[in-house]
Amino acid sequence: MRYLVNIIWLILIAGGFLAAVFTGRLEQTVQAAFDSAKYAVELGFALIGIYSLWLGIMRVAEKSGLVKAVSGRMAPLLKILFPDVPVRSPAMGAMSMNIIANMLGLGNAATPLGISAMKELQKVNRNKGAPSDAMCLFTVLNTASVQIIPTTVIALRSAAGSTGPAEIIGTTLAATICSAAAGITAALILKRFYQ
Amino acid sequence: MTVVLKSLSQLAIPLFIVFVLGYGFLKGIPVYEVFVEGAKEGFTTVIRILPYLVAMLVAIGVFRSSGAMELMIRILAPAAGRLGIPPEVLPLALMRPLSGSASIGILAELLKIYGPDTFIGRTASTMMGSTETTFYAASIYLGSVGHRDSRYILAAGLIADITGFAVSVAVCALIFGR
Repeated sequence: MRYLVNIIWLILIAGGFLAAVFTGRLEQTVQAAFDSAKYAVELGFALIGIYSLWLGIMRVAEKSGLVKAVSGRMAPLLKILFPDVPVRSPAMGAMSMNIIANMLGLGNAATPLGISAMKELQKVNRNKGAPSDAMCLFTVLNTASVQIIPTTVIALRSAAGSTGPAEIIGTTLAATICSAAAGITAALILKRFYQ
Repeated sequence: MTVVLKSLSQLAIPLFIVFVLGYGFLKGIPVYEVFVEGAKEGFTTVIRILPYLVAMLVAIGVFRSSGAMELMIRILAPAAGRLGIPPEVLPLALMRPLSGSASIGILAELLKIYGPDTFIGRTASTMMGSTETTFYAASIYLGSVGHRDSRYILAAGLIADITGFAVSVAVCALIFGR
């Protein structure tokens, strides 16, 4: 994965400058490189305020126990997706907290919860050499996480001068629910081929 | 459906903020202090992603102003057009599963060039918000328990991503128009 990002980045820069030689736009391309670097920092400054606002709100959600309270209500749904995992196990608790944290966009809180869920799932994994079906489905859920308010995107849109930075919440929710449903369905079908 | 999605978007943020702060207050949390404590992280978060933003915005800026992006879009346009996908958002779709910070850079550049309130701007925003960094999440979670075999995780994760992209295009065309 790291390797691929390196290759793509190199192609963008080397391919860009090579193309500039052929199109005769070398001078403006060099200028674009400097302008973009400057814009990146301006954008970063524009993001600080909006990020601070969200991280402040999210800290209140975490500290007040809201995340814990909501995750308790996830049990019936998780029981259907993870029939092999006991309802009152530490694994189930960590998984539901992780899912709620993801929904709230608490990335920093979600990852450690997810990792502890994986460790609990590994304890009850019968084949220690490969991830169990529960571990696979849980990871797939995290690669297709359903976020209620896409804070980073809203911040970027408002920094770009949008008249309705939040107007994509509805479309994002529709797309992310379909995406998560597709991921779950694919995992449930594919597991039959990976016994 | 259209009206519901639009008003849901407008109401989501105020409702969410009032609910979270109200809940915290009722639970006896000093909401103001806790908010400030969390807000401090805004600065460090931005400083952390800044080098990635510079790297990606420079690369995309070079690629675009040289004319290479035009060429790539012209090559990909027929195939993308048949699927109804604006070819301009394809670089974002390619980067999204690989790197979160790099795709933030690509989205920022798309919003700057085409504007946030255009079909391309809205579709790219929806694509970004509705999917996750599949490869990164899979490697962290499997790595944490020492598994190298990822079984069907990447296949299912990429199916989820592709579905998210396709639905983003369709739902943005439906709600906002092209």
